[in-house]
Amino acid sequence: MYPDNLYYTKDHEWVKVEDDLAIIGITEFAQKQLGDIVYIELPEIGTNLEVHQTIGAIESVKAVSDVFSPIAGEVIEVNEKLNESPELINQDPYGQGWIIKLRIKNKTDLNQLMSASEYEKYVESLEA
Amino acid sequence: MSYIPLSQRDIEEMLRRIGVSSLDELFQSIPEEIRWKGSLNLPSPLSESELLEYFEKLGQKNTYPQFLSFLGAGAYPHLIPAVVDYLSSRGEFVTPYTPYQPEVSQGTLQIIFEYQTLICQLTALEIANASLYEGATAVAEAVLMAQRIRNRSKILVARSLHPQYRQVMATYVKNLGLTIEEVDFDLKSGQLSLDDLTKRLSEEVIALVVQNPNFFGVVEKLEEAFSLSHQKGALAIAVIAEGLSLGLLKPPGEVGADIACGEGQSFGLPLAFGGPYLGFIACRENFLRQLPGRIAGQTKDAEGKIGYVLTLSTREQHIRREKATSNICTNQAWCALRATIFLETLGPKGLRELAYYNLQKANYALEKLCSLPGIKRHFSGPIFNEFVLELEQPVNKITSQLLNRGIIAGYPLERDYPELKNCLLLCVTEVHSKEKIDELVRAFKEVLS
Amino acid sequence: MNRREPLIFELSGEGKRAFFLPPLDVPEKREILEFLPCRENIPGFPEVSEPEIVRHFTRLAQTNFCVDTTFYPLGSCTMKYSPKINEKIAGLSHFLTIHPLAQEELVQGSLELIKLLEDYLCRITGMAYFTLWPAAGAHGELTGMMMIRAALTRRGNPRKIVLIPDSAHGTNPSSAHLCGYHVQEIKSNEEGTVDVEDLEKMMTDEVAALMLTNPNTLGIFEKDICRLAEIVHRRGGFVYMDGANMNALLGKFRPGDHGVDVIHLNLHKTFSTPHGGGGPGAGPVGVTEELEPFLPIPVIKREGERLVVENNRPLSIGRVRTFFGNFLVLVKALAYILSLGDEGLKQVAEIAVLNSNYLRKSLEGIFHLKYSSPTLHECVFSDKWQREKGVQNIDIAKRLIDFGLHPPTMSFPLIVQGALMIEPTETESKVELDAFIEAMKQIAYEAEKNPEILKTAPHRAYVRRLDEVAAARNPVLRWKG
Repeated sequence: MYPDNLYYTKDHEWVKVEDDLAIIGITEFAQKQLGDIVYIELPEIGTNLEVHQTIGAIESVKAVSDVFSPIAGEVIEVNEKLNESPELINQDPYGQGWIIKLRIKNKTDLNQLMSASEYEKYVESLEA
Repeated sequence: MSYIPLSQRDIEEMLRRIGVSSLDELFQSIPEEIRWKGSLNLPSPLSESELLEYFEKLGQKNTYPQFLSFLGAGAYPHLIPAVVDYLSSRGEFVTPYTPYQPEVSQGTLQIIFEYQTLICQLTALEIANASLYEGATAVAEAVLMAQRIRNRSKILVARSLHPQYRQVMATYVKNLGLTIEEVDFDLKSGQLSLDDLTKRLSEEVIALVVQNPNFFGVVEKLEEAFSLSHQKGALAIAVIAEGLSLGLLKPPGEVGADIACGEGQSFGLPLAFGGPYLGFIACRENFLRQLPGRIAGQTKDAEGKIGYVLTLSTREQHIRREKATSNICTNQAWCALRATIFLETLGPKGLRELAYYNLQKANYALEKLCSLPGIKRHFSGPIFNEFVLELEQPVNKITSQLLNRGIIAGYPLERDYPELKNCLLLCVTEVHSKEKIDELVRAFKEVLS
Repeated sequence: MNRREPLIFELSGEGKRAFFLPPLDVPEKREILEFLPCRENIPGFPEVSEPEIVRHFTRLAQTNFCVDTTFYPLGSCTMKYSPKINEKIAGLSHFLTIHPLAQEELVQGSLELIKLLEDYLCRITGMAYFTLWPAAGAHGELTGMMMIRAALTRRGNPRKIVLIPDSAHGTNPSSAHLCGYHVQEIKSNEEGTVDVEDLEKMMTDEVAALMLTNPNTLGIFEKDICRLAEIVHRRGGFVYMDGANMNALLGKFRPGDHGVDVIHLNLHKTFSTPHGGGGPGAGPVGVTEELEPFLPIPVIKREGERLVVENNRPLSIGRVRTFFGNFLVLVKALAYILSLGDEGLKQVAEIAVLNSNYLRKSLEGIFHLKYSSPTLHECVFSDKWQREKGVQNIDIAKRLIDFGLHPPTMSFPLIVQGALMIEPTETESKVELDAFIEAMKQIAYEAEKNPEILKTAPHRAYVRRLDEVAAARNPVLRWKG
């Protein structure tokens, strides 16, 4: 449920690092909590994000959830497919449901994030 | 009177089930020392017949109906087809609430969907909401919406926008750090001064707000004004205070408006001392997420049958709380229902004819009145069903003499526009027969001579 | 399955008409059109006959549940019976035909009616003044918060924060925000109310106001209201009371006597004016003596025998709506107050609370009740026990429809997961209440034995369950032909 090669946040985002780039999405736990996703607000390419700055908002029929950037960086790509098919986040949160791609500003930001096993424990603590 | 359907025996039985011995005991969670035990000093209750008599007497103190009135200025007397009253008074329309449970509210929802469609067709814009309170708050909501789209700081408003609309807008934006600047009207034509507009437009401007026909009844040249705004990246907001004009005049969407909003009172709502009326708003499709208020959408049920639901609620206060597009919850659904019945009854031909009658009658009255010595037309711009007269003599003197003859001649403009001394705004609609217009003309002639 | 009622646009046929004008009685001048920017036509606008219109709307009406036909226990909405005499009174031509800009001396009846209602609302709530212009509850909240802001600004600092409990209606934070404030949420304590100690910690010199709903949305009376008010006042803040639930307090508690500085009422809830499918309502706002200078314009004043409309008020927050509010709604509310009087209003609160507690007692143990504190006019159950079987509150709600009952308010307040918020009001008979209780028991039983029947409900409505996800993913918001 929580791939080992990713970093995680307490707000249920995940980060995948590819050299100096980072791909960001929301976790399986988050998509389940939200239910059927109907809309996602994406940032503009070129936006410079600080740690914990709002990337956009994800909406289900009766809930809205802000998505925060786990690390600082410049948005170099957004997942345009989500405009037409926001349900990709429900179907494949770690794959086709990715949200944005960043150019990482400080790799040290990653030190603040959780590993898969830490995140799993965190989720268990929430469910308890 | 009482509307309580419990017998004494019911009450006793229910108290027993709950396990308390008196009704008073149910209120123990209100601390004894702050519970109200006195009388509210309200009058003794009235029976149905007494109540009716009481209000009839109160109503008689309104002597307004004894007069022949040519007041408009944001509230317009129009015909209301019998089907509007008949259908809208059904309990199934009067006594449900907001259609939170779509499966048992299809009537309300389908009507909102039809209403949204009609507003889009009338304004030539792509999306509309389910209603707002009335014209002025609709303008305020439109301005706030524009601010969310264009994150700038200044609003340009035509000085010829209804004075009360300008006041309400000012109240709404006061605490949000926005400034409002007024754009003059051309002293000759009464239309928006494009020179003044050009001077005031800048990269700081969120939107230009223009009423059409404007408060003086003058039809604007919106295309030019809106195109100037767009050149500076400002949005164009068209305000319609007299909805009937949409039956005849070029719609906002065809002259470059990004948002159209205003008052739908003319669509089947009585004057009623100012309310309830109907605020409407429509805009371009790409502003959908910024539109305030309820929206109905089409969908299907579990068996594939078409149905309607409230949708895109994540914009609204009950989900987004302080980040919502507006705080509006209860709106004017029943008024929107009446507008829907009204507009569907009139149809495109009826609406156009009605608008055309207003145009002809107002122009007839204008021409007749201006042929009298001591009266002249103040603005040269084309009119719809209202116009401004300038009197040689003090306007108060003339209007009070006309009042003595049983006529309310119009709305004196000086209180809102000091520069329009001795000017009077008159409204003529289909409810004014030629006979009544001629009576007005005769009365003017008498008091002026 | 019922036949679908077509959209009016689908019934349209060229040349069909339902509206006819008499011949034009002034000389026609076609050339006027040449100076006007006119439209060609209105594409798509429907052309239908009168019989079709009447059938269309009558059929659509028949698909609606409403208070006149159905038990309608929407919590916090107070769906009580709307007396018909009040409709008749609001339809009197001496109210219907009055232009709002007519000279004062021609509309003394309307002005007197407004003054009377203001006066009676003051007596009922213990406030010093009322303004009747706000068109709905949320509009009243905004108006009230603006007055608070104006008063604080005059004292030298408008402040930055408004405190709002997590159980509050969404309009509270939204209205505070629209008034330029940041919202800080107060967590409800285990009793479901605001904790004195919590407030003590959060109340600073930057807090403009506490917005408190009382009884709150759980139906629980905020018993510490006097102490809460004292804490807020000591630090120079104001107490705003959301009076949406005033139906529980009529003749039992007057907020103005106990530290409330501003209150809004919902005439369409407490004072029986019909809800109209989502308005028009009215949200009058009551204030203390101190806030009087800030009332929105106009203010109606007595000058001897005459009533006058005062617009020149330098400290006023300004105008919040054109003219005189939703006037006909005010007419109906006044008629309601006059028809019930003192004892009648008190009885409203007593029976509303009796009915609610009767439901609560009868359903306790069958549905989960998160808070055990005593409740007044409404109570909030949840789907906690049914969720174990995969049944959610929405399934319970939709199944109620099969029993011919309107569901309660769903998923609100947010602090109760899977909430079912039930407010019966005083105008329901024991027979209706018992039918609801029986249906709820049956549904709880079905959740155990046959959850599928709930998940696929409703089975007997005009439509089956509607797909709200599809509606939001691909918005179709108008007919396109």
